Amino acid sequence: MGDDGSWNLMSRCCGKCWHSLEYPCRNYIRCRTEGPLCHDDQRCRTLRSERVRYIKEGPNGYRIKVPLASCSIAAGAKEVLDAVKEVVESLGIPSDAVKTVGCTGLCYLDPWLELKAPGMPAALYGNVKPAEVEGILKKYFIENDVSGAYAISERTGKARGEGDVPTLSELDVWRLQVRYVSRNCGVVNPESIEDYIAYGGYRGLDRALRMSPEEVIEEVKKSGLRGRGGAGFPTWLKWRICRNQPSKEKYVIVNADEGDPGAFMNRLLAESDPHRVLEGLIIAGYAVGATKGFIFVRAEKPLMAERLQKAVEEARKHGILGKNILGRGFDFDVEVILSAGAFVCGEETALIAAIEGRATPRQRPPYPAVVGLWGKPTVINNVETLAHVATLMAEGWESFAAYGTERSKGTKMFCVTGAVKRTGAYEVPIGTTLRTLVEKIAGGVKEGRKLKAVQIGGPSGGCVPAHLLDTPIDYESLRDAGAIMGSGGIVVMDDTACMVDVARYFTSFIVAESCGKCFPCRIGTKILYDTLTKITEGKGTLEDLEILESVGRVVRDASLCALGGTAPNPVLSTLRHFRDEYLAHIIDKKCPAGVCTKLLKYRINPDKCVGCGTCAKHCPAGAISKDEKSGKYVIDQEKCVKCGTCVTICPVNAVVKEV
Amino acid sequence: MAQLLKLIPRETTPGALAHDVAAKYGRERRYLIRMLQEIQSTYGYLPQEALRVIANELRIPLTEVLTVATFYHQFRLEKPGEFIIMLCMGTACHLRGNAANYEFLRTYLGIKPGRSTTSDGVFSVEKARCFGCCSLAPVVMVVSRDGSYRKLYGGVTPAKLRRIIAEHRAKLAKKR
Ligand SMILES: Cc1cc2nc3c(=O)[nH]c(=O)nc-3n(C[C@H](O)[C@H](O)[C@H](O)COP(=O)(O)O)c2cc1C
Ligand code: FES
Repeated sequence: MGDDGSWNLMSRCCGKCWHSLEYPCRNYIRCRTEGPLCHDDQRCRTLRSERVRYIKEGPNGYRIKVPLASCSIAAGAKEVLDAVKEVVESLGIPSDAVKTVGCTGLCYLDPWLELKAPGMPAALYGNVKPAEVEGILKKYFIENDVSGAYAISERTGKARGEGDVPTLSELDVWRLQVRYVSRNCGVVNPESIEDYIAYGGYRGLDRALRMSPEEVIEEVKKSGLRGRGGAGFPTWLKWRICRNQPSKEKYVIVNADEGDPGAFMNRLLAESDPHRVLEGLIIAGYAVGATKGFIFVRAEKPLMAERLQKAVEEARKHGILGKNILGRGFDFDVEVILSAGAFVCGEETALIAAIEGRATPRQRPPYPAVVGLWGKPTVINNVETLAHVATLMAEGWESFAAYGTERSKGTKMFCVTGAVKRTGAYEVPIGTTLRTLVEKIAGGVKEGRKLKAVQIGGPSGGCVPAHLLDTPIDYESLRDAGAIMGSGGIVVMDDTACMVDVARYFTSFIVAESCGKCFPCRIGTKILYDTLTKITEGKGTLEDLEILESVGRVVRDASLCALGGTAPNPVLSTLRHFRDEYLAHIIDKKCPAGVCTKLLKYRINPDKCVGCGTCAKHCPAGAISKDEKSGKYVIDQEKCVKCGTCVTICPVNAVVKEV
Repeated sequence: MAQLLKLIPRETTPGALAHDVAAKYGRERRYLIRMLQEIQSTYGYLPQEALRVIANELRIPLTEVLTVATFYHQFRLEKPGEFIIMLCMGTACHLRGNAANYEFLRTYLGIKPGRSTTSDGVFSVEKARCFGCCSLAPVVMVVSRDGSYRKLYGGVTPAKLRRIIAEHRAKLAKKR
């Protein structure tokens, strides 16, 4: 029975079904949607197929989808949901037509609404304000008019105004994506295991448990899946090594400690489709012979932790976790652990240390697959890696290997943020060029600006300059361009970004996050940081560039873990591609982009100033005062904190930023 | 008598809480982080007394507890304000102006150098790591001291920060 006592897919159809948690039926998963399988009864069959239809199409074909994920909630989705609930019944639409889902990754549309009525094509509305909800709903449901929608997300049915509204699949942002692992994002209700199963969930686990663990590893090997957490290590090999260890106790861990600034695809995936991640983890546990799994999730992403926790509880309630899973004699349970937050915890050995209640990483080898959590063999995989495992186990390795390049198969999710028109999380086949992703899918930089560089891989990655935008996104090509694939965060920078400042920013991040255990990282990154600060303050010398290069190499080669090993990448890659900007800071004492505050000045143009005093009133530092003689306002450079408030607030644009 | 004593609720000082939390996790060293998380979720920070009691209960040196408490960003060793304003210092937010917002906010609230809380104890200003909502950059999250209330704001400017401050001052006045 469902939580409210009503019948749902997880319930038994009639007294003939003998499935129980103690004696689980081996066909439990398939039976949910195709059943009944152990007896033949048309009534039971109809019950199930009707329910699947209800879940997929809504009551009588009415559906209103509202996305509830961290980002859309912040953009106001809860208020939109309230507004929808308020009017829905007065429009004659059943109230259970309203369905909360995860996020599609089209963040620039947040909060969005998707509407569907029988006989009408589904329509997607972007940037919805609560006050507009009633109007939108009326127009769509009563007048059957889709004009004003962002796109039509399906090609069935007829509606007025259709000609002006594009179909989602015609738009670059959707057409060029391959939604393999993210297929359920924005489609299913992430808090419902029933929804997941109606959309084919846990089929991968069902299939895996029908194979031997070796066969599962072989299947993953054939798919060519490589880790999506950064390093791109072949997933099957990690599993095989762990499986071959003689230890009785083994562990598998999901690394959901996503800490790269600018990367949120793991959060999005786990918030929108948590069961897929869990399913992958159970399969991994089966393949390596583990009895316990852990989900290590960042405390700063509370909704992701909450949804994963809920998924674990639901799975346990239905015997998908626990003893004798699906009647195949496999025991496995999962615990969710909240990370206390430190970037280095994403590193495997530091992650293990954190679960054990300690801090700091250790030397590898031995690798965790041999000596891991509490000294036992442990496999650690990224959220997306495991979600891929669940998907490819359900669909067969061929479905995965059909995408990608010779050396890197499949698809990968990327988050494109920064100076682009369409920020969001997009899934593309590996080998897609940066240009396609940044210019076509994300829409390129805003009108009148010029794309300068693309930062990929976060603090461990590098900056790829605009002229290398045709680089295909795969592990090897990106390495050659001085960047890394990393976890998939891509920050696009236009001509308002200063590359020295960017290098300094990432180095400051590393200085704060370095655990301090080994000195090349602890001291080296501080030297890099101080040198970069000197340059951004206009006090740099040409010698400093050599210091950056030589210290950078030492940090890269001598650090204990990959945090330090990759830390100089942002510095070295900007030095390689944007040396002229460093020289402008050092020789001309200028920051061409007008970012480095020590090198810029705010000044009030006395010819334009009308003496209204708005700037003085709003200056947080009290740095602006009236010059009694002229009646105009002036900025005290000593007190100015360069926040730029006066520029935006001046009614006559009299404040100028001088670089 | 012992029975009677049990009925009288022990005053929950940080030390008493730490004692209970340690007992709850069987005084096992490996649960140290979780114990600290639990203490912080009550007080919004880790009171010194609690740390000392934890060290005692686990029979480990206080420095070892402090190593963990200072290593992880989540933990605070000083009492924060009623509301903690966390400014994301992730890449997208950095590029879109949160560094300037941070300077603005500290100056606007008159927070003294080396401190992070206003002298009236109402607001704390902290730098935070990426919230994963980069598409709304620059992002600010306001949380109450006990963490029960949290709200995220996107597209933050100095003008918007003023409104956020006013909103929370009003909220506090209403509560009092
Ligand atoms: C400093 C540092 C931070 C990392 N952060 C993460 C992370 O947030 N998420 C992640 O999945 N992997 C992260 N990794 C990579 C992990 O160490 C590990 O390679 C990965 O989780 C393995 O999973 P995969 O094989 O599925 O990619 C990080 C590595 C380093 C050195
Ligand atoms: S960079 Fe601020 S939320 Fe990600």
